[in-house]
Amino acid sequence: MDILFLLIPISVVLVALIGWAFIWAVKAGQFEDMEGPAHRILMDDDTPTKPTEVK
Amino acid sequence: MNATDPNSSNCFHCGLPLPSGAHYPLQLTDARHETCCHGCQAVAQMIVDSGNADYYRHRTAFPQTVAQQNPEQLLQQLRIYDMPEIQRSFVKTGEGDVREAALILEGIVCAACIWLNERHLLQLPGVMAVEINYSTHRARVQWDNRRIQLSSILQAIGDIGYLAHPFDPQRQEQVFQRERAQGLRRMAIAALGMMQVMMYAVPVYVADAGTMTWDIEALMRWASMMLTLPVVFYSAWPFFQGAWRDLQRRTLGMDVPVALGVGASFLASLYATFTRSGTVYFDSITMFVFFLLVGRYLEMGVRRRSAAAVETLGKLIPAVATRYCDATAQQTEIVPVAQLLVGDTLIVKPGEAIPADGVVLSGHSEVDESLLTGESRPLPKGLGERLVGGAINVSSPLVMRVDKVGADTLHSGILRLLDRAQAEKPRIALLADRFAAWFVFALLLIAGGVALAWSIVDSGRAFWITVSVLVVTCPCALGLATPAALTAATGRLSRLGLLITRGHALETLAKVTHVIFDKTGTLTLGRPVLLETMVLGNTSAAQCRSIASALEGMSEHPIARALHDANATQLPIQNITSVSGQGLEGMLDGRRVRLGRPEFVAALHGQAWPDNIFSGSNQTLVALGDEQTWLSAFLLGDQLRPDAQQAVARLKQLGIKISLLSGDGVSVVQGVAEHLNIAQYAGQLLPQDKLDRLRELQAEGEIVAMVGDGVNDAPVLAAAQVSIAMGQGAEVAQASADMVMMNGQLERLADAILVARQTAHVIRQNLWWAAIYNVAAIPAAALGMITPWMAGIGMSASSLLVVLNALRLSRAPHTSRVAQSAPALSGAVLATEVH
Repeated sequence: MDILFLLIPISVVLVALIGWAFIWAVKAGQFEDMEGPAHRILMDDDTPTKPTEVK
Repeated sequence: MNATDPNSSNCFHCGLPLPSGAHYPLQLTDARHETCCHGCQAVAQMIVDSGNADYYRHRTAFPQTVAQQNPEQLLQQLRIYDMPEIQRSFVKTGEGDVREAALILEGIVCAACIWLNERHLLQLPGVMAVEINYSTHRARVQWDNRRIQLSSILQAIGDIGYLAHPFDPQRQEQVFQRERAQGLRRMAIAALGMMQVMMYAVPVYVADAGTMTWDIEALMRWASMMLTLPVVFYSAWPFFQGAWRDLQRRTLGMDVPVALGVGASFLASLYATFTRSGTVYFDSITMFVFFLLVGRYLEMGVRRRSAAAVETLGKLIPAVATRYCDATAQQTEIVPVAQLLVGDTLIVKPGEAIPADGVVLSGHSEVDESLLTGESRPLPKGLGERLVGGAINVSSPLVMRVDKVGADTLHSGILRLLDRAQAEKPRIALLADRFAAWFVFALLLIAGGVALAWSIVDSGRAFWITVSVLVVTCPCALGLATPAALTAATGRLSRLGLLITRGHALETLAKVTHVIFDKTGTLTLGRPVLLETMVLGNTSAAQCRSIASALEGMSEHPIARALHDANATQLPIQNITSVSGQGLEGMLDGRRVRLGRPEFVAALHGQAWPDNIFSGSNQTLVALGDEQTWLSAFLLGDQLRPDAQQAVARLKQLGIKISLLSGDGVSVVQGVAEHLNIAQYAGQLLPQDKLDRLRELQAEGEIVAMVGDGVNDAPVLAAAQVSIAMGQGAEVAQASADMVMMNGQLERLADAILVARQTAHVIRQNLWWAAIYNVAAIPAAALGMITPWMAGIGMSASSLLVVLNALRLSRAPHTSRVAQSAPALSGAVLATEVH
């Protein structure tokens, strides 16, 4: 059971990492638009128009 | 589900049935399609020409029809947005000439709309970045000011059939965004903490006595404590803040028992961890905080959606006026209204709002003061007559002198009346908070009693048993009972087209005993519609309507809008000229035709007006004639909303009394009241009179709901216990209302009251359940029979029950029919308001 003395601190560190990752995601705007990106990926531009135009 | 079938009898673009005889073809690479009108044809052509025909393959819903405007005129209006003074409030200036603006997009119905708008805008030279949020319908556009102007961008969006207008993101959006992100972070921290702490807690609960060594359990406690720290000090922080505020104001709100429960059990658990004694409650704390935060987050999301929809209506209208630089030079400049001075000479074009109170210097026109006074017909104004700021100039240009600006104007006067009424609004204390005050009081008393009793019986156990009483009675279910029910009900109502803008609206709506309706714009559509076409010559009624429609095609006058029918056959009428206050003239197949006042038309052919045709009160008669004779007479008037009768009948069924208060003439009001079977009515009322009537009713003990739309209704709306503004009405009315009816379907009001009553019922059930749970749990805890895991399970079970009970509200009840009869109509109404 001694392994618990290692595993439990590791689990605390892991939770902290996950928490940090989540906060980063919120800050980066990953939760701003929950619907758009799912549709966006389906509509790629198969037929490029005016390919010469410089944006 | 697409209309890509070339043989379809519906419009390729908007999906509405094709009118017979319509021929507006659209050539695609693979096939020819039919559209229903010029507007759809132009929009579809623009979409196809710009290489975005894929839109029609991807879309999953048909677009809303947007009233097509004359592009020149539209661009003229949008030019205002290019002015630096106007841009200051919503445009961010980047490096060099880079500008960035936030826009609200109207007409987004599916993901393909986003795709179409983004691609279309990116094709414009000078546009650097476009980002559209599908959930909020907000767009962020970045452009190079040297290569393109904002007005051209807005017009490009108009070209493909959407409407865009700038908004000031500073106002609400950023606050919301910050709150939302913070709420999400708090909730996530609590969720992570809860999950992991439970991992450490469960082994301790399930382990047989003696199998878990003391050092392992201590380790688990320390780990749990580490993870509970951020939950208590970050996630639960708003509860502590709220409780502190409550205590400072010497009230006991919902936050006090929450803070007390979390604080007491956390301190006790800390003590237990450090001294290796007693029990720890870290799992209960984290779960408790998480449940409460979920409730708050959902509530916030719903409120944000309502507020965003209201903001879409209250768009940023440029407050500008056209001023003569000096009276002789006849040169004009566009200035913000705030910079106007008394004595300035202004020109007010037809369709524009009058910027300040003043006097007509020259010109003759009709002015629509309906938003201010409730008078539904435009009033004629000539030389020397007074103009009221905020009214709309309808027919022809007016030159005016400014007499009063800013706070002196009538418009500001009404706003002040509104402020006063809002301040006097009856404060209906929140049921849950009042309940909570007693609850906390009783709880503290019981906890004190338990502590005292146990310190006499067995002083060693007294502390832990007192803590377990506090934990087990933690009012989690009580805290969730109200917000969960309100959230579910608010979501349900917004699907019915009713937005709640103030928290108390639902509670009060459930208790309403009396509904007051305004007439113009509320029970009626608030704009003239064609009631009857009377044929006077040999030309058919349809042909007459087509001629009228073609003549009026370019005008902004409300009568023109009523006569202009986008689906009518387009006739080639040339040389259309407008005679101010009289009518229109044009050439059709080489003969002159006139449309307007009977005298004006009679001047063309010299025949007398038939005696048997006259207009009723509040109706307008428009004549059509050519060089030989009369062709037809059109009778125009305001019309009752199609569901007005049904709405009144259903409200009566619910046992609610109804009155009609209007600023219009008594005879008109009487007619409407009799038609709708409303016994109590009064006409010719000023805003102050309406307010007095309302006060009388309130003094009699009635709980009054007011439904209105105009600026003149705003003070009454604010003074009523609960108020509902029409979505297409004046902004001031919406700002002072508790609810906004977005789709103009009056019948939904009865549904809303049903939902509100049901909500009140569910809240009571929830509170009872929470109370019963606590009453049952307290004796057990007081006797020392509750272990931490029992407290945890009891708490989550009761919370879950409360949430599930509340979710019943989001389902449509079988008592109301959800008819989808008139959305197209109300859509059209909205479209005419937005220009």
